[in-house]
Amino acid sequence: MALEAGKQAPDFTLNSTPDQKVSLSELRGRRVILAFYPADWSPVCSDQLPIYSELLPEFRRYGAEIMGISVDGVWCHAAFAKDRKLRFPLLADFEPKGEVARAYEVYRKKDGFSERALFVIDREGIIRWSYVSPIGINPGADGILEALESMEAKKS
Amino acid sequence: MSLKPPVGPQDHVQGNPDAPIELVEYGDFECPFCGQAYYSVKALQAALGDDLRFAFRNFPLAQAHPHALPAAQAAEAAGLQGRFWEMHDLLFEHQDMLDQPNLFRFAAALGLDLERFARDFASPEVAAKIRADFLSGARSGVNGTPTFFVNGERYDGSWAPQDFIAALSSLAGGVAVPP
Repeated sequence: MALEAGKQAPDFTLNSTPDQKVSLSELRGRRVILAFYPADWSPVCSDQLPIYSELLPEFRRYGAEIMGISVDGVWCHAAFAKDRKLRFPLLADFEPKGEVARAYEVYRKKDGFSERALFVIDREGIIRWSYVSPIGINPGADGILEALESMEAKKS
Repeated sequence: MSLKPPVGPQDHVQGNPDAPIELVEYGDFECPFCGQAYYSVKALQAALGDDLRFAFRNFPLAQAHPHALPAAQAAEAAGLQGRFWEMHDLLFEHQDMLDQPNLFRFAAALGLDLERFARDFASPEVAAKIRADFLSGARSGVNGTPTFFVNGERYDGSWAPQDFIAALSSLAGGVAVPP
């Protein structure tokens, strides 16, 4: 099962574009939303990520950055983000394939892609909320917003 | 997954205010699925009559659908002149004609005060109303468009006309005859 609230979020460094890398540790001091999803272009993901794109101002209001993560490569991510006009980074968990998904315990080994899983991480790098959605179901954003709200109340 | 906030004076509502079934749609005027659902809702309204009231809230995926937000602004601006539903219907019946000149043609066709429409169309109040609808949807568990809520709970079943009528008429306690 996915890493739970209270655990340290495993650090990682992944490409967000062909020539840019993002490390979770660089975002210490910010809240971070990680949205693992099975694949670019799949019908469910195609609905899920645009909703997050619309909610960026809300996430920022809580001092949170959102990043999508799948096993697709950087070029695939670039084409998908452009087509769906996404305005947040998609990280390529590509080589070694699914390594970050494995660290968060959301890799589906038999399928070769990750669960549809959400993590909300506090400013100290501790996971405060995690959720694994049934693979074909778009989890929406209500859980993320509730987690951010409760973190704001506790100043975590 | 339940509707937050409940239907209130801020909402556009059609049908019998005391109906036993309340249907709320979060929709995007440019979304093709919402375009199909428009006809399902019409069929449902015809079948359930006074047993149904229907509210529409905006959930424009503005990045994905470049005309979704202006179309929502047109509907809300028409609403300020008491003609929300007429504009709602025109938009869904002309989903391939949602560029701004057409939105203003629709307003003219409805006989709206066009100066006022233009002002409201671009007003911060209308933008705030649409954003409030969107955020209430995000809070309520909307995960795509259209998303329906029936009596305050998210409805994940089929909204193909016959399925929709069957599912909702069972709630009314009566059996509606499909048209």
